[in-house]
Amino acid sequence: MPSFFDRGSQIAGPGFSRWLVPPAALAIHLCIGQAYAFSVFNLPMSKLIGLTKPAPDDWTIPQLGWIFSIAIAVLGLSAAFFGRWVESGGPRRAMFTSACFFAAGFAVAAFGIQLHNIWIVYFGYGVLGGVGLGIGYISPVSTLIKWFPDRPGMATGMAIMGFGGGAMIGSPLAVLLMKYYATSASLGVAETFLTMGVLYFVLMLFGAFIVRLPADDWAPAGYVPRVAANRMITAGHVPVEAATGTRQFWLLWLVLCMNVTAGIGVLGQASPMIQEMFPGRVSAVAASGFVGLLSLFNMAGRFVWSSTSDYIGRRNTYMVFFVLGIVLYAAVPTTGHMGSVALFVAAYAVILSMYGGGFATIPAYLKDTFGTMHVGAIHGRLLTAWSVAGVLGPVLVNYIRDYQLAHGVAKTDAYTVTMYLMAALLAVGLAANWLMTPVDKRHHYRAEPVEA
Amino acid sequence: MAAKPQKSSPLLIVLAWAIVGIPWIWGITQTLKNAAKLFG
Repeated sequence: MPSFFDRGSQIAGPGFSRWLVPPAALAIHLCIGQAYAFSVFNLPMSKLIGLTKPAPDDWTIPQLGWIFSIAIAVLGLSAAFFGRWVESGGPRRAMFTSACFFAAGFAVAAFGIQLHNIWIVYFGYGVLGGVGLGIGYISPVSTLIKWFPDRPGMATGMAIMGFGGGAMIGSPLAVLLMKYYATSASLGVAETFLTMGVLYFVLMLFGAFIVRLPADDWAPAGYVPRVAANRMITAGHVPVEAATGTRQFWLLWLVLCMNVTAGIGVLGQASPMIQEMFPGRVSAVAASGFVGLLSLFNMAGRFVWSSTSDYIGRRNTYMVFFVLGIVLYAAVPTTGHMGSVALFVAAYAVILSMYGGGFATIPAYLKDTFGTMHVGAIHGRLLTAWSVAGVLGPVLVNYIRDYQLAHGVAKTDAYTVTMYLMAALLAVGLAANWLMTPVDKRHHYRAEPVEA
Repeated sequence: MAAKPQKSSPLLIVLAWAIVGIPWIWGITQTLKNAAKLFG
């Protein structure tokens, strides 16, 4: 491997501006965030043979739904598995590897589309792309925390906001490209996959090229660690193996899992939900606008909430998420009965901002709890909570709705039980967050405090 | 290993932000247009 990827060659020299690191992180997250927009391919991929309408041999929507599910499951697993490797090799090697896997995922999936073989698509976008997603997601996190010890929440929030923003680029870009490549004999999906793979590869390489690690003794001018002021911010460092054996790791796992479960199910079902709760008042077009609005609040919440956590503390930030979330979920059925679309939309906008905020604030929470030494690897293992929530959330929302409808409940009330259940899940998260305490010093890497 | 001094030019910082910022703003604009349908 050339020295360009050695950890030593990634250390920034004196005079390097830390404001070059967030665009490097964004170059990765804006690309891999495309995963959230994968559903834009569902309809065209369901009529690759029939072209105008699905033919008998065309793929079904449930078959296609597995592509995204596999990618998200592999994301969590690869983040957990490769976290230590990402930490030891530095961000450049990880970003480059992520770019290779993510682009290869698109290329192999394009080949599968061309051959009309769903298993090749599962392997391409789901497995290869999923590995790229997992490595890419955690690659800039610990680097940003090290560059911004004074504002770790803001720094990681900026990158993770990029993941939320990636769908906003990926979706219209895919539509544009498919329109460009479409012919009378093809919908242009395979060509779109190939083109997107190349474009994302180039942008991700740009991130890998400009990213740097701070020197061990580097600190921002005038920075004074706030360790003594807050007992929830550790001065020590907990190795990843020790961290996963602590009560605090599993409490945070539960905190993330509950927060994501409550948000992700609603996000996937937002369009039919608003149409069914307000029949005749919200059209399909307006419902797609609702989905767009939720995406914006999901993205903005990542930056706003994680930046706020730098001032009010991570534990307090999650307290707000859970208490406010419980109140809002419990109030949603009432807004439906009142017939107030505005209140319904406002409640969900805040809920989705806290869903995004939960993702963005967790790295800084981990840094406060376990120190900076292995924070990227610990974050990777914690993301298995996302994999679980990615299955749990949609299953709960969809199956409870179907069960209610099958038992004669009106469509306008089909989500009431689900909303109360989401509030209950958030209450579990609230309890877990309430129980958070500093990690016992016996788990620390060294006895004496070490500040990055 | 002592790292060499590498002063970051303000132009480079602006360029780096532009490379990620321009597609991002384009994506946000498209989403805002879509979100506007809720109020249309």
